[in-house]
Amino acid sequence: MALTLQFIPYSEISELGSARRVKKILDNVKQNKIVLLEGRLKKEEEKDLIAITMEEISEKFQGIELAVINSESKDAALLTRLRLTLMNAILGDRTGLTIIGPASIVKEIKKNPDKIELMTKDEKRRKR
Amino acid sequence: MNILKQIFQKFLKNIFNKKKHVKLGLYGPPNGGKTTLANKICTDWLGEEMGSVSPIAHETREIHIKEQINIKRNGKELTFNLVDTPGIATKIDYEDFVKKGLKKEDAKKRAKEATKGVIESIRWLDEMDCVIVVLDATEDPYSQVNITIIGNLQAREIPVLLVANKIDLKKADINKIESAFPQYKIVGISAKYGKNMEGFYDALFELVN
Repeated sequence: MALTLQFIPYSEISELGSARRVKKILDNVKQNKIVLLEGRLKKEEEKDLIAITMEEISEKFQGIELAVINSESKDAALLTRLRLTLMNAILGDRTGLTIIGPASIVKEIKKNPDKIELMTKDEKRRKR
Repeated sequence: MNILKQIFQKFLKNIFNKKKHVKLGLYGPPNGGKTTLANKICTDWLGEEMGSVSPIAHETREIHIKEQINIKRNGKELTFNLVDTPGIATKIDYEDFVKKGLKKEDAKKRAKEATKGVIESIRWLDEMDCVIVVLDATEDPYSQVNITIIGNLQAREIPVLLVANKIDLKKADINKIESAFPQYKIVGISAKYGKNMEGFYDALFELVN
């Protein structure tokens, strides 16, 4: 079985309100796609994503695996970090990458924190 | 003069009430040991346990509150309401409970209740005055659930103490938790065996006061 990776550029969600952003992501994940979102959701939206995922859990949909990779370096100059913070506040957080996959396919996402490992479930376990 | 007296009395009442009703939440992923810690705190200061614990995840599926816990330390006193919350997860599969020996119907019921529990925990985040995030020191601290919980508490400016639980186990690694969350105070404990509870209560006083 081939895995489908769905890339969502930040421009596709930048105009959406929080509820519609979360819905767009979950709709894709529920179609058994692994979503690669440019940037990251707001903290509040990440929390809502978990809550709405819980509301939608059923025998067919067991939830999600979620990981955010930050691209900003801790060693970056103060001015660079300030500029990024300001840009994120105005334009939304476009730095990094958010990975969201269906729990029926993605067993675990390990962050180390510079590298990321995505472990998938074997096919037998996926078919229910 | 009467108005001034009323304002002063209200001011004193507010301070008193605020101190009396501090809501201290226990948050974290499932099976980190939140209820074990809640039981340890309650046993130490009230002489009774708070909830049941189990090796099967999502044993706590409802919010539990123990009111008016009064702890004393070095001549200081602290009173709070302890709120034990269900573990926050991004996935719940009833088959995991079946594997742990539950019957299919019981497993499905537990999964349904667990999803509601997670939603309740998230709803209660806003109600907390201070939060202890209980992490299993043998597990990977970089999970997005941990980062999301802590990030949301930080955004709400709710004081947070991180507890690295299960330090009695060989696999426990507090350094990894410290690397993942360098800006937070981290206390290593074993709630099950009461290890470093003194250090925990010291940190709790710092957190709440």
